[in-house]
Amino acid sequence: MRRALALAALAAVPLTVLGLFFVLPVSGMISEGFWVDGTFDPGAVLEVLARPRVHRVVWFTLWSSLLGTAFAVLLGLPTAHLLYRRRFRGRRLLRALLVVPFVLPTVVVGVAFRELIGEAGPLGFLGFDGSAGAIIAGLVFFNVAVVVRAVGASWESLDPRPAQAAAALGAGPVHVFRTVTLPTLRPAIISAASVVFLFCATAFGVVLTLGGLRYSSVETEIYLLTTNLLDLQAAAALSIVQLLAITALLVVAGRLRAVPDAGVVRTTQRMPRPSPGDWPGLLSTGLVLVLVGAPLLALVVGSLRVRDSWSLGNYRALSGHGSHDALLVPATDALVTSLRTAVDATWMSLSLGVLVAIVVTRRSHSRAERRTRGALDGLFMLPLGVSAVTLGFGFLITLDKPPVDFRDSLLLVPIAQALVALPLVVRTLVPVLGGIEDRQRQAAASLGAGPLRVFLTVDLPAMWKPLLAAAGFAFAVSLGEFGATSFLARDDHPTMPIVIFRLIGHPGAMNYGMALAASVVLAATTALVMLVVERLRVPSVGAL
Amino acid sequence: MAPAVVLALTMSACSTMGQDSADDEPASKRVVLVTHDSFVLPKKLEKQFEQESGYQLVVRASGDAGALTNKLVLTKDDPLGDVTFGIDNTFASRAIDEGVLAPYDATLPAGAEEYALPGDDDHDLTPIDNASVCVNVDDTWFTDHDLAPPTTLDDLVKPDYKDLFVTPGATTSSPGMAFLLSTIAAYGDDGWQDYWTRLMANGAKLDAGWSDAYEVDFTQGGGKGDRPIVLSYDSSPAFTVSGGRSSTSALLDTCFRQVEYAGVLAGAENPKGAEALVDFLLTPEVQAALPESMYVFPVDSSVELPQEWAEFAKKPTDPWQVDPADITAHRDEWLREWSDVTSR
Amino acid sequence: MTLTLDHVGVAYDGEPAVVDASLELTDGQVLAVLGPSGSGKSTLLRAVAGLEPTTGGRISWDGSDLAGVPTHKRGFALMFQDGQLFNHLTVARNVGYALRIRRTPHAAERVRELLALVGLEGYGDRLPATLSGGERQRVALARSLAVRPRLLLLDEPLSALDAGLRERLAADLRTILREAGTTALMVTHDHDEAFAVADRLAVMRAGRIVQQGEIAEVWRAPVDPETALFLGYARVLDGPAGSTLLAAAGLPEADAVAVRRSALTLDDAGPLHGVVRSGRATPEQVRLVVDVDGIGELDAVARLDAHAAPGERVTLGVDRSRLAPIPEGC
Repeated sequence: MRRALALAALAAVPLTVLGLFFVLPVSGMISEGFWVDGTFDPGAVLEVLARPRVHRVVWFTLWSSLLGTAFAVLLGLPTAHLLYRRRFRGRRLLRALLVVPFVLPTVVVGVAFRELIGEAGPLGFLGFDGSAGAIIAGLVFFNVAVVVRAVGASWESLDPRPAQAAAALGAGPVHVFRTVTLPTLRPAIISAASVVFLFCATAFGVVLTLGGLRYSSVETEIYLLTTNLLDLQAAAALSIVQLLAITALLVVAGRLRAVPDAGVVRTTQRMPRPSPGDWPGLLSTGLVLVLVGAPLLALVVGSLRVRDSWSLGNYRALSGHGSHDALLVPATDALVTSLRTAVDATWMSLSLGVLVAIVVTRRSHSRAERRTRGALDGLFMLPLGVSAVTLGFGFLITLDKPPVDFRDSLLLVPIAQALVALPLVVRTLVPVLGGIEDRQRQAAASLGAGPLRVFLTVDLPAMWKPLLAAAGFAFAVSLGEFGATSFLARDDHPTMPIVIFRLIGHPGAMNYGMALAASVVLAATTALVMLVVERLRVPSVGAL
Repeated sequence: MAPAVVLALTMSACSTMGQDSADDEPASKRVVLVTHDSFVLPKKLEKQFEQESGYQLVVRASGDAGALTNKLVLTKDDPLGDVTFGIDNTFASRAIDEGVLAPYDATLPAGAEEYALPGDDDHDLTPIDNASVCVNVDDTWFTDHDLAPPTTLDDLVKPDYKDLFVTPGATTSSPGMAFLLSTIAAYGDDGWQDYWTRLMANGAKLDAGWSDAYEVDFTQGGGKGDRPIVLSYDSSPAFTVSGGRSSTSALLDTCFRQVEYAGVLAGAENPKGAEALVDFLLTPEVQAALPESMYVFPVDSSVELPQEWAEFAKKPTDPWQVDPADITAHRDEWLREWSDVTSR
Repeated sequence: MTLTLDHVGVAYDGEPAVVDASLELTDGQVLAVLGPSGSGKSTLLRAVAGLEPTTGGRISWDGSDLAGVPTHKRGFALMFQDGQLFNHLTVARNVGYALRIRRTPHAAERVRELLALVGLEGYGDRLPATLSGGERQRVALARSLAVRPRLLLLDEPLSALDAGLRERLAADLRTILREAGTTALMVTHDHDEAFAVADRLAVMRAGRIVQQGEIAEVWRAPVDPETALFLGYARVLDGPAGSTLLAAAGLPEADAVAVRRSALTLDDAGPLHGVVRSGRATPEQVRLVVDVDGIGELDAVARLDAHAAPGERVTLGVDRSRLAPIPEGC
């Protein structure tokens, strides 16, 4: 009974936040579809599901997301190995660089990508523009960092001795990886893959910009149905499809994540330098760098061109109001707003994430308790898989009356972003917390440590690195979040992505250049923050 | 709900975002403008409004015109603010039919009557600005290639212009939708599908949004693409001026006119303030600022246009028109048919 | 079938961990590398396993250089201090790990055999987490022996276990290695463990091998005082005290002499005299500390029935086999 109460108390805060800022708005929006003119009419919603177009949309979303996830994992794993288990100059810089795509607004990345693969671009001969291949490349571009960071954080602290023991028993590198490393990394890989899948399945800009309108995903369809056609029945139907699909995914991922014995020894160690035997890592890192670097380079080059000559004019213009007053505030102010919002979103998602991670990883004493914890784990992943449009509209129609009158609150943006970042935080922390042997906590408790002290002395040191990784993630998510933010941002406080979106959406050579320059500034800020986060990774604190 | 309140207090206390002083003003002293994310006015003018009217102006801007309209529809029982700006003639009749707006018969400046919403006898919406969506051509490119640029919609399906045209899609972009409406007006309910089939067969390229088409694929855009015919605005030639002449021109026989309206929201807390803001948007100062801040033409024919606009941005005299009520009634059907035709 | 280390050096970031180490280990022998922690002995073992790159010298097997041969191709098995069982695999799958790599036929049969060899019949389906420390080490040993490695590398195989278990398992280990005819290189900081398991001994200190040879030989003639103390000698005497003791034992003069606890016994016919300072009974004998005339305090033993109360004056005999003269120049 006391355990149940303790569980409930710990879970109360994150559950309240989730209930208020996710369940309530989304269910409010979905019920708009079910209640037509005041009467309950589920028939219309179910009818939508029979439309051939809906089948096509769902099928495309499914396979493009699966492929995007598969490629992100395939490229991400060897890259994580090189960047987290090998020591060389500049690896921190590379790690930071890889996160950059994550924060760039898709409008800009779409433009940068298309300058490369478009009919007139240097890669135009590939005929990639407007193809499903371009969409998948875009999905990988945005998400490979999730795999690299989430798996890397887990891999970095992995005890090398089991792998050495296997090698000493005659297992070659591939065999060692398959039989020893992979099973240990599996929770982290499955976690990262499920997050990436959700990101892919809810990708909006990538599908539209790179797919050239030939492809519709569930997300773009919900956008069209909600904001253009106001066909709320159809939007509700697709939202329900999203929810069901996420639930199925989470159940499968939960099964796959479970390992017979999660107790993994964590160490800190000196990493060796790269050797020719690391060719898979070198190769994939090279590929990832090209994939990530080429569009970024196109961005940088574009931002430095003013009327066909090299110039810093676009950057100088950022502190003003745009060539034709396209900006209400200087882009520099928007950067400050973005950073402040990101700080808020980061601490919110970290505090919630730590609570959730603690709740779901504590050893369960009964089957029912384990089920409850498992369900909680999944519940907090839901915001990733639900359309930002549904959430954004839901906010407006449900959070309008006291005591939940948040509709006009400035906090709505960081809260929405924190909800998007929360699953990443939880997924980064859970594998590590789950890997801490309960006996260590018991040992601390037997030495007279109270629950808080146990947390501070056992869990926190082990969690320190992943916590920093998660903070970096949350910060990046917040800096780059566009979907929900564009519905909630208030005009006097636009964030960087909103400003960039506005700049690029208006004619004028200067505006285009300024949009690119603002993207470069956003990218550089992100890289800088990531580098600082990397510096904070004090190895001695992370030791167990 | 007690935890929610505690939570809200805690979050406010820890947040770096701070509090919004405007929210503390009593409702009668402020005007909340709900608009789309392209709304921009010089700060100076906003200050001027606040001084002259005595109201504090709060701007809530997000989403495009469609999202704005549908948001207003969904929140009509508890409106997001007092007044709205940015509903255009393609969404206007939905907003009116749903009862989002309260009547206000503003005194229109010279020439604005032309832009009033047909059938809006209650004066729910007041025209503020207009911009026409037109096919644009890169004159430099056509001179270099010794080819006469197209001038009409019919021209676009001629073999001479194969693989040269790029347009944003109707489902994902508001100018794209406007172009679809042009073709519907030009070829009729039964003819436009065939036109689009021929257009696509002639190598027309569809992009997601205006910026993808203009900035990436158009030869005069920021990214130096390879298509010299693009769907853009009648004002676009004013932005490609170099050395006293514009390198592009708009084809004035291909245009569909978009008019943006302002209106008082039904159930507004401060209807007087809302009306004051509608009037303010019609003042010569604001009307004159529209081209440079929002890239649109004023409805007031007496205000002076910026020099480059006066010289290079030509308005169509007889744009294609579709009845707003028809648009609302058929939007869903047209977009579905359009998707089918273009993805074949 | 000989492992040869020829002036091998290993360094971590320029800090030498192993310096100029030369060793030879022939077929069927068990060599223990004994040294205090931080002496570089584990590093040496890891270098042999191919887990650390050498900075100089040569490690060879039957004359062929092992440089460039990756760990998994060396045909050696390495057993870690804490076993390093694969926690996600059952005991049987742990033991059969190397068999599966080589697709050995009748692997299940061999796994049963190995579990019987280490005394763990019927443990095949259990997960490592459910085993005791001693059981885990037995499983690790069985796993290492599965494919009959040409060399077994043991890294402090018993030191994580409690004393009684360690003693028993040390004896078992020796028997098992003998039965399997395994050539083994073991590193340990515990001389009892080394004596219990090994045939030959190499003593390492501060990265260098200071002495090696047959175990009895090394034990009999430690090369310097530190080595003597590390090998379990209770004290090292030099100067007049040393000379007096050597003379009493009838041994030639040396620079110093290492003394085991049991070198002096209560013996009325003995050459030394002293006053008992303290005494403590153990199950087998009485352990005394005696202030010996001309030498100072020394340990001695007496039979349980001997009378040797503190303050009493006693006569002591010297067992010269329990003394080790240490030559000059050290």
